[in-house]
Amino acid sequence: MKKSVILGVATIAALAAGAAAAGTVDDVKARGKLNCGVATGVPGFASPDANGEWQGFDVAVCRAVAAAVLDDPSAVEFIPTTGKTRFTALASGEIDMLARNTTWTFSRDVDLKFEFVGVNYYDGQGFMVPKALGVSSAKELDGATVCIQTGTTTELNLADFFRINNMSYEPVPIETNAEAQQQYLAGACDVYTTDASGLAATRATFENAGDHVILPEIISKEPLGPLVRHGDHEWGDVVRWTLNALIAAEELGVTSANIDELSSGPGDNPEVNRLLGTEGTLGEMLGLDATWAQRAIKVGGNYGEVFAKNIGEETPIGLARGLNAQWTDGGLLYAPPFR
Amino acid sequence: MTTITDPPKEHFRLSMLLYDTRYRSATIQVIAMIGFMLLAAWIISNTIQNLETLGRTVGFGFFSEPSSYDINQRLLEYDSRDTHLRAAFIGLLNTLVVAVLGCITATIIGVMVGVLRLSNNWLIARIMTVYVEMFRNVPVLLWIVFAMAILIESLPAPRAFRGENPEATMDLFGTVAVTNRGVYIPEFLFSRGLGDIHLFGTSSLRFDVSLDLVAFLIVLGGSIFAMRKVSAWANATQEQTGDRPTIWHIQLGLLFVPSAILLTVLGFHLGYPELKGFNFTGGTHLRNSLIALWLALSLYTAAFIAEIVRAGILAISKGQTEAASALGLRPGRTMRLVILPQALRVIIPPMISNYLNLTKNSSLAIAVGYMDITGTLGGITMNQTGRELECVLLLMLVYLTISLSISAVMNWYNNRVKLVER
Repeated sequence: MKKSVILGVATIAALAAGAAAAGTVDDVKARGKLNCGVATGVPGFASPDANGEWQGFDVAVCRAVAAAVLDDPSAVEFIPTTGKTRFTALASGEIDMLARNTTWTFSRDVDLKFEFVGVNYYDGQGFMVPKALGVSSAKELDGATVCIQTGTTTELNLADFFRINNMSYEPVPIETNAEAQQQYLAGACDVYTTDASGLAATRATFENAGDHVILPEIISKEPLGPLVRHGDHEWGDVVRWTLNALIAAEELGVTSANIDELSSGPGDNPEVNRLLGTEGTLGEMLGLDATWAQRAIKVGGNYGEVFAKNIGEETPIGLARGLNAQWTDGGLLYAPPFR
Repeated sequence: MTTITDPPKEHFRLSMLLYDTRYRSATIQVIAMIGFMLLAAWIISNTIQNLETLGRTVGFGFFSEPSSYDINQRLLEYDSRDTHLRAAFIGLLNTLVVAVLGCITATIIGVMVGVLRLSNNWLIARIMTVYVEMFRNVPVLLWIVFAMAILIESLPAPRAFRGENPEATMDLFGTVAVTNRGVYIPEFLFSRGLGDIHLFGTSSLRFDVSLDLVAFLIVLGGSIFAMRKVSAWANATQEQTGDRPTIWHIQLGLLFVPSAILLTVLGFHLGYPELKGFNFTGGTHLRNSLIALWLALSLYTAAFIAEIVRAGILAISKGQTEAASALGLRPGRTMRLVILPQALRVIIPPMISNYLNLTKNSSLAIAVGYMDITGTLGGITMNQTGRELECVLLLMLVYLTISLSISAVMNWYNNRVKLVER
C-alpha cells in the first residue's frame, strides 16, 4: 500500500511539473494578464511615473506583447527584479518574459536555458566620472574605486578590462542603481560603471548633470533584449515577432499617426499589408488573430517612436540612435521579413 | 471458590492500535513519520522532475572554473582568475571575521549595558533603557543600512584631503585617515622579516602564514609562561613567609623586553597611509562596509545580550548582595566576584542563541556590499553560473556548520561554569 501511495505522489508531482511546462500563450490568455519582469527603476527604461504607471523603453515591449496577445496594453503585471533575482523569477515561471536590459550572452542562452528573442538595444559598458576628477580616458583609472551593480555582466567586464590593461582598482559591489547613485554622488566611489545607456539615464536624474562626464571608452558589447524560458517555442515566437513588428513598422514607415489609415484596407505595399493583417494569415500562424501587430504598434508607435519618447535626444536621457538606427540608416536594427 | 489468576491472554487485534493507550502514541508517531517521509519524497522527486524538464543537471563542476570577478575585502590574496571555490573560501573568511568581531564587541557592550541598566544612577539607567529599546525594536537591516549611510554621507571623500588647504586632515598626528571609503590605519611592517610559509601550494584553499607573526606569538607565549611561574613563586613565598615579594617590575619586564628585542631584530616599523592617485595607499584599509556591518550587528545584538545579562543578575537573590556588603565587599567587587559568576549559568544558554543570530544576520552583508559567503557563493557565483540549487544547499551547509561549531564551543563553556551539584 505504501508503495502505491508513493507512486501516486510521484505521478501527481510529474503531472504538476508537466502542466507548468505547457503553453505560456494559453497561460497568459487564461490569466488575462501578462507577468513581465522589469528593472527596479532605471529612468527611461523602466520606472514608475508620478501616477505609479510603469513607463519606459523596456516597459513598452511588455505592453506591446500584452496588446498583441490580450488586446489590452494595460493588462500587464510589472514585476520589478534585481540583477540577482531576474533569472530565478523567469526560470521558476513567476514571470512570463523578462524585459530588463539583460545582456544576451552564450551561457545565459545555452546553460541557463533561456531564449533571447532579439535585441531591442545595442549597448556597451561605459564609465562615468565627476568632471572635477580631470580624467579623460578609462585608461587613467588605475587605482580608482569603482561602483558596480553586483550580479551583472558589467562586473565580469570590469575585472577583465582592468586585468588586461594591468591596472588595479577597488570594486564596490552594490545591489541597485539607486544605492549606486547615492554612493557615487557622495564620493564613496570615483567611478560608476554600467551600460552606457544606464549611465545616461542615471546622469539625467542628477541635479548637476553637467558636472559628470561619460568616458569615451566602451569596454564591452551588451546586446540587450527581452528573453523567455527555453523550450516554449510558441511563446518565444510571439515575443520575438512582436519586437520585430515594432522594428519593421519603423522601417516600413508605419507610425502611430498613419496606422489607422493603413490598416483600414489592403494598401500598395504587400509587406505592410501582411504586417497589419489586411492580407495573408501571419497572425493565425502565430496562434493570434490577424490584427495582433496593429495592436502592438498602436500602443506606443513603432520602434523609433518608442525610442524617441522614452530615451531619445528630446528626453532628459538624451541618447542618440547610434547603433540602434535602422540598417537602412547605418545602424544594426534589422527585422527579418514578414512573409 | 474463585481465585484470581493472570488476566486472560488477549490476542492482538488491529483496532488496539487506535483504542489501546499502550499502542496509540506509537501509532500516531508512525503515521506522522510516514507523512513526513512522503512530503520529503515529494519535494525531492518534484525537484528532480522539474530539473529534468528544464534539462538541467546537478553538479559541482563549476567550482573549478575561474570566477572572473573581483572581491575588494579579502584576507588572502585572490584575483579574478581564481576559481569559484577560492571565491567562496574568501567569502567564508569574511563571514567569520565579521561574526567573530561582532560577537566579541556585542558581548562587551551587552554586559556593560546590562549592568548599567540596573545602576542606581537614574540617568544612566534610563539612557541604557532607551538604547536597548531602540535597537531591539528596529530591524537589524535598517541599522546596517543606516550605519552605512551615515559613514558615506558624513565623512569626507579622499579628494577632500588633497590640495594646499585641504578640507579634511588625517587624525591622530596624521597617522589615521577617516574617509567615506573606510578608515586607513597604520600597518605593521618588518624590514628584516622572516617571510611567509605557503600552505596548500596552488590549490583553492592555499594561504600564507607570516613567520614574523608566528615568532612574535611564540615569544609572547613564552613571556606569559614565565610570568605565571614568577607569580606562582610569589604566591609560594607569601604562603611560607607571609610577605609578598614585589614582582610587578619583573612581570612588566618579562612581558615587554623579549617582544621588544624580537621586534627590533625583525626591523619592525609602521607603514602610514598616504594619499596617492585616487585613494589612500599603504596602511590597513578597514572598509566602510565592514565597519557598518560590524557596528550595526554588534549594537543590535548587544541590546539583546544586555537584557539577558540583566535577567541573569536579577535571578540572583538580593540576599547575596547584602551578604557580600555585610562582609565588606565594595559594589564593584560584589558584582565581579559574587553576582556575575552565579549569574553566568543563567546567562550562557540564551547567549548561545544570540551568537548564532549575529552570525546568521551577517548574511545581510550584501546590503552594504560586504562580500561574505552569501555575497560570493550565494550571490555572484550563483548568479553567474545559474546553479541556484547547488549554491543554496552548500550555503545552508556552511551556515549549519558554523552555527553548530559555535553551539559546541558555548556548550562546553556552559558545562564548565555551571553550578556543580553534589
